[in-house]
Order: sequence, then C-alpha cells, then structure tokens
Amino acid sequence: MNHVSEEQLVLLYYGESSDAAVVDEHLSNCEACRVEYRALQLILNTVDSAPVPERGPEYGSEVWQRISKRLPARRKRSIAQWWIWAPAMTALLVVAFLAGRLTFKPNGAELAKNKGIRERILLVAVGDHLERSQMVLAELTNATEGKGKLDISDERQAAEELLDDNRLYRQTAHKTGDATVANVLDDLERVLIEIAHSPSEISNEQLDDLRQQIASKGLLFKVRVLGSRVRDEGAAAAQKNSKKL
Amino acid sequence: MELEAGSAVERARSGDSDAFRLLVEQHSRSIFRLAFRMTGNEQDAEDVVQETFLRAYRQLDRYEARSSFSTWLFRIASNYSLDLIRMRKRHEEKREHGSSEDRDILQTIPMDAPGPDRIVYGSQVQDRVNAALNELSAQERTAFVLRHFEGMSIEEIGEALGTGTNATKHSIFRAVQKLRRSLEPVVGHAK
Repeated sequence: MNHVSEEQLVLLYYGESSDAAVVDEHLSNCEACRVEYRALQLILNTVDSAPVPERGPEYGSEVWQRISKRLPARRKRSIAQWWIWAPAMTALLVVAFLAGRLTFKPNGAELAKNKGIRERILLVAVGDHLERSQMVLAELTNATEGKGKLDISDERQAAEELLDDNRLYRQTAHKTGDATVANVLDDLERVLIEIAHSPSEISNEQLDDLRQQIASKGLLFKVRVLGSRVRDEGAAAAQKNSKKL
Repeated sequence: MELEAGSAVERARSGDSDAFRLLVEQHSRSIFRLAFRMTGNEQDAEDVVQETFLRAYRQLDRYEARSSFSTWLFRIASNYSLDLIRMRKRHEEKREHGSSEDRDILQTIPMDAPGPDRIVYGSQVQDRVNAALNELSAQERTAFVLRHFEGMSIEEIGEALGTGTNATKHSIFRAVQKLRRSLEPVVGHAK
C-alpha cells in the first residue's frame, strides 16, 4: 500500500474512516505515516486549548430577558381555527363542484338553482384564496431589509399551501371562461412558485428580486381588486339565492 | 432531558412562553460556546445566541422530533454564524488595512517558543489557535467547529449546512491543512 494520505488520517482521527482497519494496519508498519499521524493529532489536540469565555448559570435567564419582548405572538393551533382548514375545505368543494358538473345531469330548474349555489361556493373559495395570497405578497413587499438574511419560512410554507388551490381555481376559471380571473391567477401562480421554491432565508438581493416580480405585474394591486370584486359578487350571489329560496 | 425538551417544545408550539423560556435557559450556554468558536468574537456570539432562539421560536412548527432539539438549534446557530462570518469578512475586505490586522497578530506571537509540553496550554498557543481559526474561510471554520468541537458527523454537517457530504469533507480537510500550517511552527512536528 502507498503511504496514507492526509485526508485518510483526518478521517481516522475523527472516527469517520471507511477503511480504518487498512489505515491502522498501514500505520503499524510505516514509521513515516505514524509520525505524520502524531503530528496531526498534536495539532488537533492543541486546537482544543482555544479558550471560550465562560457564561454563568444565570446566562439562560439573561438571554430570555433580552429576547422575550421580541418574540412574535404564536397562533395557537386547534381544530377550531377555521382558517387553517377553510382553504382545503373550499378546494374540496370546488372539486365536488367540478365533479358534479361532469356526472350529474339535472333538469332545467335544478340546473339554475345548483348553478347559483356552485357559483357562490366558487366565489367564496376564490375570495378566501385571494385574501390569503394577498397577505403573503404584502408580507414580502413590506418586509424590512436588515443585516444578514431574512427568514421567509412562514411565507414560503404559505405559498406552497396556496399553490395547489391556485392551480385548481385557475383551471376552473379557464373552463368557465372567466379570462380576467384566469389571468390574475396565472400571474399569481408564477410568483407563488418563486416564493415556494426560495430558500427559507433569503438575502436582501433575493428579497428585491421577489419584490420586483410582485411589483412588475402590479400583482398585489390586481389581487386586491379581484379579491374585492369576488367578495362583492359572492355577497350578491348569496343575496340572490336567499331571495329565490 | 430530551424527553423534557420534547414536551417543552410541544407546549411552546401551542403558545406557552414559559415552556420556551425553559428551552432558552437550558440551551443558551451551549449555543454561546458553539457561536463563540465559530465567530471568535464575544459580541457576535451573543448576537448568534439571540437570533438563534428568535428564529427557533418562529420555526417551531418545522421542528421534527427525529433529531434532538439541541441538534436542531445547533443547525440554526451554525447557519446564522456562517452568514455573520461571511458578512464580517466582506466588511473587513472593504477596509483598506483590514486584511493586514490578522497577519500582524500572528507576527506578534514569537515563533521560537519553548517545547510543546510547556506551551500547549499556554496563552501564546491559545492566541495563535484563535488567529489560525480566524484565517479559515467561513465555510471551513463552520464545518471544522461542528466536526471538531461539537462532534457532529460529516454527513450531519453537510445536511445542516446544505452543502452535501463531499464539500463538507473538503472544507474540513482544507481547515486542517491551514491549521497545521499556522500551528506547526509553534507546536512543532512530532518526531
């Protein structure tokens, strides 16, 4: 066997050598490599002498005093929090709506009535989706640049969750021929993909890129206007249906 | 201890700030040690400790109990330290005379020091070790500290820093080579 490389010795020192037995055997027979290994051990053992300033037993409490006022409020998770389940439930209703259209053949009166109900469900679902999307876009647009990286893990997770619903609503809007809604959802989807695929922590430059994408399409404004329109239409549809009943 | 930490994490997740306080009190000292070894600077280490807990609090829902809570905290602290070291190095590079300062520190340490037995624990060697660690790149220092002082495996470090096993291994090799170059004139070469 040739002499053992420095890399093999480093891995041996840290107990991560995949060929430890072979290296050990070589060391027992090779004085030059033994000297090399002892030199490495001496240096690495010396590094351990680097001092670290001591922190007393009260240090944890001191850290807590410093950070406790800066902790953001945590949302308590419970099944009663409808907004966690609402998007998934509304998405399911939209799926049911689409499935119903394909399989159920009602008569004329039923068709008109069901169409109104379905339209309302879809409007409520899309309205809620746009509101949540608007919050994510606004968070990023208004984020403060600082030193180091910005943690956008919450926004990233929200964007991931919104993506599936967005695809479903966009496809539905295309099928129902609502080009305005379809176009806004199309633009929104591209930005949501960017956010969902971003790292959890981004630099100021990456934040600027995301902001530019949001700003270049006037997306935040469009989502706001569309959300408002959809909510108005949803309210009007509800009123119309209640009059019919 | 980890079982207790697990229950504290669960309580903290549901908004119990006393539970999070317990976690901060338990882990602050070890995070400080790690942060100081990474940054080599007391003030930066303090920043890392605070930022680590703030980030951990915001990301509690993403913590998975398959790794210990302390390992998860180490991961957050390492990544933040890495950012901090890189940022500091960039600032130092911008300063006209910044880069010569570390060399000056090295030059003030006498090379004709006494034999290894006497100096291993001496302050001169400690200063020299600190100076040698400061010569490492941010990536090399982080990978080396996690392997050498915290005993994390190369695979775990690669995962924590998102660099992969091979790149982590090479960072550690380069760090060891640089440390040897800096320290062998003082510590000597074993014969």
